[in-house]
Amino acid sequence: MAAGIKDKVAILGMGCSKFGERWDAGPEDLMVEAYLEAMQDAGIEPTQLDAAWFSTHIDEIGTGKGGTPLSVALRLPNIAVTRVENFCASGSEAFRGAVYAVASGAADIALAVGVEKLKDTGYGGLPVGNMGTLNPQWSPSGSAPGNFAQLASAYRAKHGVSREDLKRAIAHVSVKSHANGAKNPKAHLRNVVTEEQVLNAPMIAEPLGLFDCCGVSDGAAAVIVTTPEIAKAMGKKDIVTVKAMQLSVSNGLESQHNSWDGSYFHTARIAAKKAYKEAGIDNPREEVSMIEVHDCFSITELVTMEDLFISPEGGAVKDVMDGFYDADGKVPCQIDGGLKCFGHPIGASGLRMAYEMYLQLQGRAGDRQLANPKIGLTHNLGGAPSQNVCSVTIIGAQGA
Amino acid sequence: MAQQAVGLTAYGAYIPRLRLQRKAVAQANAWIAPNFLGKGKGERSMANWDEDAITMAVEAARDLLGPDDDRSHVDALYFGSTTMPFKDRLNSGIIAAALTLDENVRAVDVASTQRADTSALMQALAAVKAGEAKSALVLAADHRKTKAVTSQELDFGDGAAAVMIGSDNVIATYLGGASLTVDFIDHFRGDTEEFDYNWEERWIRDEGFAKIVPRAVKAALEKSGVSAGDIKHFVLPCIFGDKFAQQLAKRSGIAPEAARDTLALNCGETGAAHALVMLVHTLQKDAKPGDKVLMLHFGGGCDALIFEVTDKIASQAGKRGVMGSLAARVEETNYLKFLTFNGLVEWEKGMRAEQDKKTALTTLYRNEDMLMGLVGGRCKETGVVQFPRSRISVNPNNHTVDTQEPYKFAERKAKILSWSADFLSFSMNPPNHYGMVVFDEGGRIMMDFTDVETGSVDSGMEVKLVFRIKEFDDKRGFRRYFWKAVPIATSGAKSQTGQAAE
Repeated sequence: MAAGIKDKVAILGMGCSKFGERWDAGPEDLMVEAYLEAMQDAGIEPTQLDAAWFSTHIDEIGTGKGGTPLSVALRLPNIAVTRVENFCASGSEAFRGAVYAVASGAADIALAVGVEKLKDTGYGGLPVGNMGTLNPQWSPSGSAPGNFAQLASAYRAKHGVSREDLKRAIAHVSVKSHANGAKNPKAHLRNVVTEEQVLNAPMIAEPLGLFDCCGVSDGAAAVIVTTPEIAKAMGKKDIVTVKAMQLSVSNGLESQHNSWDGSYFHTARIAAKKAYKEAGIDNPREEVSMIEVHDCFSITELVTMEDLFISPEGGAVKDVMDGFYDADGKVPCQIDGGLKCFGHPIGASGLRMAYEMYLQLQGRAGDRQLANPKIGLTHNLGGAPSQNVCSVTIIGAQGA
Repeated sequence: MAQQAVGLTAYGAYIPRLRLQRKAVAQANAWIAPNFLGKGKGERSMANWDEDAITMAVEAARDLLGPDDDRSHVDALYFGSTTMPFKDRLNSGIIAAALTLDENVRAVDVASTQRADTSALMQALAAVKAGEAKSALVLAADHRKTKAVTSQELDFGDGAAAVMIGSDNVIATYLGGASLTVDFIDHFRGDTEEFDYNWEERWIRDEGFAKIVPRAVKAALEKSGVSAGDIKHFVLPCIFGDKFAQQLAKRSGIAPEAARDTLALNCGETGAAHALVMLVHTLQKDAKPGDKVLMLHFGGGCDALIFEVTDKIASQAGKRGVMGSLAARVEETNYLKFLTFNGLVEWEKGMRAEQDKKTALTTLYRNEDMLMGLVGGRCKETGVVQFPRSRISVNPNNHTVDTQEPYKFAERKAKILSWSADFLSFSMNPPNHYGMVVFDEGGRIMMDFTDVETGSVDSGMEVKLVFRIKEFDDKRGFRRYFWKAVPIATSGAKSQTGQAAE
């Protein structure tokens, strides 16, 4: 068993652009916005960067391919830039690349930037993606909400939950995220909504209504990482370190083998178990202070509570309705508004999640600051329930 | 050695479930054509947006062949239609691939006339008689496009029928037939045209049908040595009403009551399939052992074939046929939907529909049995089945390598595991239904649903699989086919729905 990443890498600085319908900004502007904040936070010069990782999902309407868009926009000093893409988990992938570079000793200081410029499509929702030459010939030409909505039908069938009860629970998920997002000046959606509003919203993909779906946003986020020793030598206080970084990728079992029942994420359970082991966490329901999960849709968040072993199997509906994941609950979830309200610029989302955990751990989260959090978990998913990549990252106060 | 009797050995049919109500059409058009109000009776079959002559023919063939997916005995396939989706790509070859017929099959497209069905049938009979084929499948289907506000849009229907030709277990022995070729142009469809151009109906009736059909009848009776009085069933597609068909029978010395139902009221005329559709209907509904059937189809002359029904006809009792298809109906009163499905309305499909649908033909060919025949894989060592087939098995307990043999899914029983009704993605018939379909004997496929009633789907419902158009590539005139799941309304869903909760 590998020794793992725990406490080998520290976060030196982070930045995040305002998310939203950024009609004013191209992807380069968004990257610069996040980068400058991170550089200021880190207190370093560009020449101190040894390598960079760059995540963006969609070529056609974004930056185009390759590492050059980042290097040119930021005028990086001709250092290595690796472009990564792993569906909606691309941001976590960039983060992982930078962390592993520092942990290996190949770099002292590394940068990761994620960006997505979605609002250049001309229509709402995510762009229709390229699936290669074989998949389009047989896979349904569906949408993200249509794929994730299927969790609801399978979850209901498995746990005997009525449509109304599940619909109400996922409505609560969204009501909570809107309440949190309203307190976040960088969030895309800052309006408070009621359960009735959510329940009566237009249908997008049965049973998901408009408010069950996350924002489609433009934005960028950035992180600068180094070793805890360098951070300390630079005079940094309240050092936040990486505790675990796991990625589990489907191998076709869910979509091709009848052992999967369609109601949960096979990969999330594997990534979560490995991450808890790497971080030395035995009882996540008690030990994790806060979580940012991939709430692309309200039903995703609900089933993820079980996949992260925080709610018991079949117990997420009750925990959600009990307010366990609310801002004043035991394990606040999406304290920044989540994908739902902070927004979901795909390539940036994994880094945006880490940004909130980092601010909370440093006591810099403003109106939404939680009392004394020690351990934050981010869950960043890409693909569809039946075939996906799932990243679970845990960060926390040094020594926690 | 006495020559073995050759004839029909099985039948099948398929009429799409949607039935456009003629009253709705006539009323919608009354402002411009009040003369059609009188034709506003009954209903016509209406293909779903994802159906064409090929997909309907596949369904008729599956009805005939039954659930046994070993179809290696079929050694010839004749497909008659005037609405072949491809001008140059063997349309019967697409059908053969969908049915997973052996590649040694002789596949022939028969086109360009309303009597394509009877012409295909005659070719198949000749091939079997000559010993060149043992089991020749004859399919006919038509999905004719009509201009709005025409009598054709009211008279026509969409459908398909199938018969097998052979010499074992013959259900209707072929006694003989004749063809008459006359360049009588009642209508035509030019090479670049989508629609028929029609001449006056009275001329077609009096100078065409009334004069040409009896000559074909006479020739067929002579060739087969059957006397007119012995004909029990007079099968002739025509749109001039039952009385006219009866008169025509009578004029040839056949009892007027032998004229069989043209299905004008409950189906409409299915073009180049209609003689075959009417024949299957007659065999299914009226024919008794010993009955002689005269089958005719008019078009550029006339084909006439005479069969004698045998006691083996009882072997076809389980078939859906035409009667079963007619019974499985859903009334459609939305004329605009009919026009939209048939490409007669320019509507805003949204930017999501702009995605290029180019098909990589190399990829299609590499995966041909998977994409056309819904063939996956079965591990010879562990028995685990999966879709698609792969070199390394999906079996989580044993990822065996290179152990998979082809495994056909199309005729297997399956149920819905998860699903959604999606209003966001583009669909010709929103909401877009799709979900994970799990097979009773193993394997699963995330697939599109079709022929769905919105609000009726739930996890646990049984589905049947159908071969349909997946997508149109309008830019290049190509269309992709794949299999879809049709939820079976009567099957019980295991999960409780909110509405149904007690």
